[in-house]
Amino acid sequence: MRTSKLVQNIPPSGIRVFFDLVLGMKDVISLGIGEPDFVTPWNIREAAIFSIEEGYTSYTSNKGMIELRKDISEYLKNRYGLGYDPLDEILITVGVSEAFDLAVRAIINRGDKILVPEPYYVSYGPLVTLAGGKPVFIRQSPDNGFKLTPKDILKYCDGKTRAIILNYPNNPTGVSYTRKELNAIAKVILKKNLIMISDEIYGDLTYDFDHTAFPTLAKMRERTIYLNGFSKSYAMTGWRIGYACGPKDVIAMMTKIHQYTMLCAPIMSQMAAREALKNGEKSIRDMKREYKRRREYVVSGLNEIGLPCHKPEGAFYAFPSIKNSGLSSMEFAKRLLEKERVALVPGTAFGPACEGYVRISYASSISNIKEALIRIKRFLCPQSS
Amino acid sequence: MNEILEILEKDARMTPEEIARMTGSSARAVKKTIKKFEKDGVILKYKTVINKELVKDEGTDVRALIEVKVTPKKDTGFNYLAERIYQFPEVSACYLMSGTYDLLVVVEGKNIHTVSNFVSSKLAPMENVRGTVTHFILKKYKEDGDILRQAKRDKREAISL
Repeated sequence: MRTSKLVQNIPPSGIRVFFDLVLGMKDVISLGIGEPDFVTPWNIREAAIFSIEEGYTSYTSNKGMIELRKDISEYLKNRYGLGYDPLDEILITVGVSEAFDLAVRAIINRGDKILVPEPYYVSYGPLVTLAGGKPVFIRQSPDNGFKLTPKDILKYCDGKTRAIILNYPNNPTGVSYTRKELNAIAKVILKKNLIMISDEIYGDLTYDFDHTAFPTLAKMRERTIYLNGFSKSYAMTGWRIGYACGPKDVIAMMTKIHQYTMLCAPIMSQMAAREALKNGEKSIRDMKREYKRRREYVVSGLNEIGLPCHKPEGAFYAFPSIKNSGLSSMEFAKRLLEKERVALVPGTAFGPACEGYVRISYASSISNIKEALIRIKRFLCPQSS
Repeated sequence: MNEILEILEKDARMTPEEIARMTGSSARAVKKTIKKFEKDGVILKYKTVINKELVKDEGTDVRALIEVKVTPKKDTGFNYLAERIYQFPEVSACYLMSGTYDLLVVVEGKNIHTVSNFVSSKLAPMENVRGTVTHFILKKYKEDGDILRQAKRDKREAISL
């Protein structure tokens, strides 16, 4: 069939081949998984089951159930002091992935440039391209711990630059930002008159300081599209439920696209999300404590076996350098998989600047992590064991 | 609860080195804290959770919950009788309860007869025991927070971004 040139021109995912290799192999210890190892807390699952029994099987309003939008508004107020009107400033989406797609489609005019800090989550660049924009990748330096600086933004900005994407805590690096660091970024954004698309899906998994929501910064509310969801902190990836908040003009544009594509997020997932916000606090706290312990364990373990690693401030990823091995990221990942049956993600999946790094997910039990570290060590120096 | 206790309660085989790694302290400090917990009786002992239904070589243990109504002693209240009851090796747990009875005694035996024997010949005839009601456990689903079933397979894709 004749297919779209635009889509054809999006480069195929280089990581797919490696993924197929992993999926075709048995007895692999995987530290390559980008989702929680917890199942959704029972009270949330139970609420969804009950809603189905009660016959909640219909469409909802395009924007999502008003009750859920109110709950989200309430949650954001209590958690961050944010004020979003549930009527026209909040949109329930099918995961943050959809929310991100809507956000870029709602703001891009053909040829607009969008700044995408690298390492980046895989879908950012292609979605910007599909929306008719031009992604401009900001290479962040490992020397600076892969942190975005105001200087970087200035350097890559020109007259066509419309917006910037920031994902913190970050997938794949786990890097997050203090309020002070974010303020410095906000200043440049104001100066350059940019829109901020702030992907804060890992916001609740911040370990060393309080997470700052970007729209709480001075003058940022009116130029931020805030994205969040339930996948990571409530262990609800499969429910595909997220949301976007922003000024009502942009939410209206996003809703327009959403109503013609998704129509609405699944009602069962919306019911589950309501329960998550109402009674999920303790589960979040327990899971976060467990992640924090694993983080300490993984980071000290990696440093000990000779894979230098910054301590990530959030999410559930460590991003060590594998340069000591003398291998490329992909070679390292492939050989480790073949020799020791440990799966991780080569850094280059998140941009060419991440050559020499790998992503290790600690959304896995301590015993798995322990065994994986033993195997990686044996892989690095076979003679020592 | 103290973080070290929390970790050990879940997995008693965690070494001080591993706990130190997880909590960001030193193995020496962890060892010292554990020693102190042991000395103070906060940590009583380390055990293994066994799903006895899967142990094929011997008969499955029978377990019963026994409600016991007692007449409390004048000076020592319920403690006197509780102490006399929990000394029996058949008794695996003993609690003072609010509600319609006084002591809840958990008894384990090789079979239904050992347990009934214990109740009729040892427990019920005790002075100050006014009555007992025995409930046999038919099937255990979850015990002390552990689901008695092998862990389910990880349902996630082996790799994802």
